Amino acid sequence: MSAMAGAEQAERADTREALGRWARRNTWTLGLIGLLASFILITKLIQPSYSAEAFQGLAIGALPLAMAAVAQAIVVISGGIDLSVGSMMALTSVTSAALMKGQPEAFGVVVVLGVLLLGIALGTTNGTLVVITKVPDIVVTLAMSFVWAGAALLVLNTPGGGSAEWLKGLVSGSILSDWIPRALVTMVVIVGVIWIPLRRSTTGLALYAVGSDRLAAFRSGVSVGRTKILAYALTGLFSAFGGLALTATTGIGSPVPGAYTLLGVAAIVLGGVSLAGGRGGVAGPIVAVFVLALVRTDLTLLGVNSNLSTVVQGTILIGVVMFGSLLTMRRVRR
Amino acid sequence: MSGAAGIAPTGGRSLPSGGLRRLLRDRPLIPLTALLVLLIVLLALVQPKVLTADWVGATIRAAIPLAILAACQTLAMLTGGIDLSIGTVASMAAFIMATQTPTLGPVVAILLAVAAAIVAGIVNGIGVGVFKVHPLIMTLGLGLVILGLMNVYQIVVITNGTQVPDAIIWLGSGTTLPFLPNNLLVFVPLALLVIGGLRFSGYGRLLFAVGDNAIASRLAGVRVWKVLLGLYVLSAVLAAIAGMLVAGLVQTASLALVEQSVLPAVAAAVIGGTSIMGGRGGYSGTIIGALILTVLTSLLIALQMPEAVRQMLFGAMIVAVAAVYTRIVDGS
Repeated sequence: MSAMAGAEQAERADTREALGRWARRNTWTLGLIGLLASFILITKLIQPSYSAEAFQGLAIGALPLAMAAVAQAIVVISGGIDLSVGSMMALTSVTSAALMKGQPEAFGVVVVLGVLLLGIALGTTNGTLVVITKVPDIVVTLAMSFVWAGAALLVLNTPGGGSAEWLKGLVSGSILSDWIPRALVTMVVIVGVIWIPLRRSTTGLALYAVGSDRLAAFRSGVSVGRTKILAYALTGLFSAFGGLALTATTGIGSPVPGAYTLLGVAAIVLGGVSLAGGRGGVAGPIVAVFVLALVRTDLTLLGVNSNLSTVVQGTILIGVVMFGSLLTMRRVRR
Repeated sequence: MSGAAGIAPTGGRSLPSGGLRRLLRDRPLIPLTALLVLLIVLLALVQPKVLTADWVGATIRAAIPLAILAACQTLAMLTGGIDLSIGTVASMAAFIMATQTPTLGPVVAILLAVAAAIVAGIVNGIGVGVFKVHPLIMTLGLGLVILGLMNVYQIVVITNGTQVPDAIIWLGSGTTLPFLPNNLLVFVPLALLVIGGLRFSGYGRLLFAVGDNAIASRLAGVRVWKVLLGLYVLSAVLAAIAGMLVAGLVQTASLALVEQSVLPAVAAAVIGGTSIMGGRGGYSGTIIGALILTVLTSLLIALQMPEAVRQMLFGAMIVAVAAVYTRIVDGS
């Protein structure tokens, strides 16, 4: 009886702890959503005529970076980092664009599935190399970024190719209300369908466990190597989604990697993912991408030199991280 | 490297048996030099006519800016950090020098460029040392800020025109002796200073100590933030020097002048045996690493590889060398 009561109590304590952890983990995301809302409000105040179409454009523009941020978030949560995300996006984008050009619509489905598999293969290669060679993640993925970017140049030497109409349709326009861009819905569906079941599974738990303490995870029976490879494979998959997003939003593929790797790292840090691993989620980074995009829009609307808005973005990045570490330091001191 | 061995305890890990392995482990310069020689031999087999004194001079001249940038990276990596702002800082220094020379003269322009780099280094150092921002994020963010500011600055000074001072051109691209490039005049003292400083000075020891165990260093009375502040200022100044040398080599300056050398600089330091986790490494290996990358590039050009294949092989070889190296040095 008492054992049962004890178990019940422990369970209740667990629930409370879990709730507390949930709240703590999500204060950052909730704060970001508040920040996003205030930026939307500011945008509306600066430019009362800011239209639903402009918001749709914002969502379309933010889509590739949002995918890059999700990709980076997963590998960083598992304790690694992938500096080849931008190159993998370029490679998957040119592959899809080169294969889809002038082909029937239905063939596009095959291409999209193939490219997603390609993304998984690229990520698995990265992960396997990291695990087998024991060279630090940052070095392996840095070197692999050369490899994937070179491969992208082999596929298409100059920007070109094409995109199936249905793929473009997935990201343009809106659903139900003018203020719900289709790009946003597509992204939420893709990320939700893959990430939420994963997060709740043992595998998801293993990702966080390996990220927060490899040794403890190993001693609890988690296969560290396999989990790391899986994390990289998922990063490759979301990089492929990012590459497809590039193809869909621009209609072509470009072999030169954008700044998605480093901007993605910036977005996940803003989004509350700890670079030390084990902390954060994918919702925060996505919101952070939209905050960054809105800041840029607002500055443009205010007539600020676009170069200065780069300065502002960098300053926000550093400022937010400094603020975060100040909070941590105070917590430690107390 | 041997300096690090005294500080970094390797206790607990069983040393691999076999004299050869131990030699490679304690003297990593030997396998690196062997690799460099191997690459040169390969190049000689591919293109027998290429190996002339002029080629040696040109290779050294091309490797030196990379080696200086890799010095920034080596120092940062010894403390467990990384400095991704060096490309932007180097380009900034070169650009300020080139745009201010027509109006203020070369000396003031160079001083201004170095001063701007020092400011950048101080900001990095305060961010990493005092506010404990992750170095990757701090230097990346500052790089963005500087790039934006320089774009604005470019519009302001557009009427000035650009001019690289003659002395810098002489240093960056000239050769006085039969084949040795003039930038050795800058590099040799710098390299001796970095190697000697790391091995014999207290500050050099502190860099290793902080990278090996920042908490232990703090408890032992080290002002870790001061060490980091000094490091990032030093790194920025070195980057500025490298940037000006590149400007002297290509005899012009732009905002993207040095950006593409940032990742190779990291690669050179890694190949040279500096651990990105901190506390282990040295500059002599990095210099060989920079030479290896430069020779590798000429080898791939000699093989008439298209740019794409060259890039891929470059990446693959970095992984391969780093993997072999990790295996030899860690001897697991």
